Amino acid sequence: MGDILGLVLKRLGFGLITLLIISIIIFFMVELLPGDIAEAVLGQGATPENLAALREEMGLNKPAFVRYFEWLGGAVVGDFGNSVVSGERVSTLITERFINTLFLAAYAAVIAVPFAITLGVIVALLRNTLFDRVANVLTLTSISSPEFFLGYILILYLSVKTGMFPAISSLRADMSFADLLHRTFLPALTLVLVVTAHMMRMTRAAIINLLASPYIEMARLKGTPPWKVIVKHALPNAWAPIINVIALNLAYLITGVVLVEVVFVYPGIGQALVDAVSKRDFPIVQACCLIFAATFILLNLAADVGAILTNPRLRHPK
Amino acid sequence: MSVFVVLYFACLIIASCLAAFYEKRGPFILLFSLTLISFILGIVGGTGALRFVAIAAAVLAFAAGVAFCFREFLVVLLPTKIGKELKTAPLTAAFGLFVIFTYAIAAIFAPWIAPYGESEVIASSFAPADENMLLGADQLGRDMFSRIIYGARNSVGLALAATIAAFFLGAAAGLLAATKGGWFDQFMGRFADVIMSIPSLIFALLMLSIFGPQVFVIIVAVAIIYAPRVFRLTRAVAGNVVVMDYIEAAKLRGEKDSYLIRREILPNSTAPLIAEFGLEFCFVFLLVAGLSFLGLGIQPPTADWGSMVRENATLISFGDITPLIPAAAIALLTVAVNFVVDWMLFRSSGLKE
Repeated sequence: MGDILGLVLKRLGFGLITLLIISIIIFFMVELLPGDIAEAVLGQGATPENLAALREEMGLNKPAFVRYFEWLGGAVVGDFGNSVVSGERVSTLITERFINTLFLAAYAAVIAVPFAITLGVIVALLRNTLFDRVANVLTLTSISSPEFFLGYILILYLSVKTGMFPAISSLRADMSFADLLHRTFLPALTLVLVVTAHMMRMTRAAIINLLASPYIEMARLKGTPPWKVIVKHALPNAWAPIINVIALNLAYLITGVVLVEVVFVYPGIGQALVDAVSKRDFPIVQACCLIFAATFILLNLAADVGAILTNPRLRHPK
Repeated sequence: MSVFVVLYFACLIIASCLAAFYEKRGPFILLFSLTLISFILGIVGGTGALRFVAIAAAVLAFAAGVAFCFREFLVVLLPTKIGKELKTAPLTAAFGLFVIFTYAIAAIFAPWIAPYGESEVIASSFAPADENMLLGADQLGRDMFSRIIYGARNSVGLALAATIAAFFLGAAAGLLAATKGGWFDQFMGRFADVIMSIPSLIFALLMLSIFGPQVFVIIVAVAIIYAPRVFRLTRAVAGNVVVMDYIEAAKLRGEKDSYLIRREILPNSTAPLIAEFGLEFCFVFLLVAGLSFLGLGIQPPTADWGSMVRENATLISFGDITPLIPAAAIALLTVAVNFVVDWMLFRSSGLKE
């Protein structure tokens, strides 16, 4: 067991270092601004006094390294400073939106994961049949469409023409859970469509790869019934690639959410990021980027750790 | 029962009978299961649903016909060696080639094809389609059709430029890392890992927020984001070539790194790189379209598909499909490129076995 723990710890350490480097990139990219943040925020007409006051307020007079460590120290405990535009605390602006985004992603994942993996396994078992070809073309089309295309098609047919679901997902605190699910159904469905296609293709590839290996052929040749080949021989080795597929797609979900949130005017962190980018509100941009990157890295990490933990060869050392 | 429904089922049953008579198993199963599904569909959805199925089938048949003709056309036109290869291409790949060809024509000859100028106001805003305007007018009264034609030039051109930049950066670094090896290789590998662990859209938004939405910034940002992917593949492909004996021989001859890359490694790793270029183009195209949809791509009044969707999005709530057309144009091109790449990947993997 020591081996596994070592591997997992090593992977965790590597993830942490990556996150640190990314935080450095995110912070010092803003330093690359022509001029500085104060000039970018106040624009051309700023008087020297205003600039000096803003610099003082934002602590821009300190050297960049000091500010980086202050920023990082704050970020670790959830304090990202104040918004440049509204002056409010970034953490209060973002927290609720981040929870909304996580809810949307979780909603989509709960539908997409079982659906996609079942379909992927079926398609892998029926490979090279007509069903497989049709599924291939359909998933390829779904992957190739921009998220907003799928989103607007769903709005047109499920909202405008039939009126089954609301096109704009405005959320209120006093909504019942069923109401919440109904209101966020269209954005969730858009994400489900995109992610399912990705996941199906990846599951199919993983399973076909596995079924081609010699020990599966051996099991077949000795007369094991097909379902037993799958359940007893293929599945234990298939967990690692499948967990990998799930984690990678959840990571994809987290970023795919940005466009979908804008299409459906969903009050999530993705929309906050886009708004902040067009208003050049750097503290919010930095905070959102860091949160997205951290989630992305965390899920990739989960994929790796899951792959290590479910690897039968590592669990039963010789 | 309308005439349409009777005709619909008659056609399906006759076609399945024919398929069964000539012992075509696949088409028979497809046609007959479609017949059975149509019974249920007809009961649930009425004539409308059946009409939809018929239209979808007609569109598919039309696309297949176009693809078939275009493939034959290319086979006849091109030299025999390439023609023979093309003859084995599946219809999806031929369809992809046809779409790419059409887009290229639209992009190159945009000023001659488009009836109006790119930002020429000719009608009131959101005017419906008439004999002058094929697709109606957009939110400022500009001709939608002309803007879509010009969009082919701007959107695809930008994505292509960005892909080429990413590709050169990544491929050069990958080839250099494979030839040089050592700490340079290690460093570039780690660096690529870090860049790839930032979600691409988020990284692009970060860079655009800092340097502003200009075409040059978009190209550089996309090049930085996608170069690591190209780097990884090039490194892997070239890594397999570098260990060959003929490279060793060339090294012993005293050839320089640049010669090794140009004359020995590159010619032996082009096939996977071309497929990767297509795949990379799809990713870049979708990313750039996403950025322009968010209002951070090519700035108005330049016609661009992503921002056209955003500008006309309000029409959706009136049940008008106009804003979907530029979005569909994006999807169609990506699908087409994917079809062609799929075929190329299949071919290169088939050759290996």
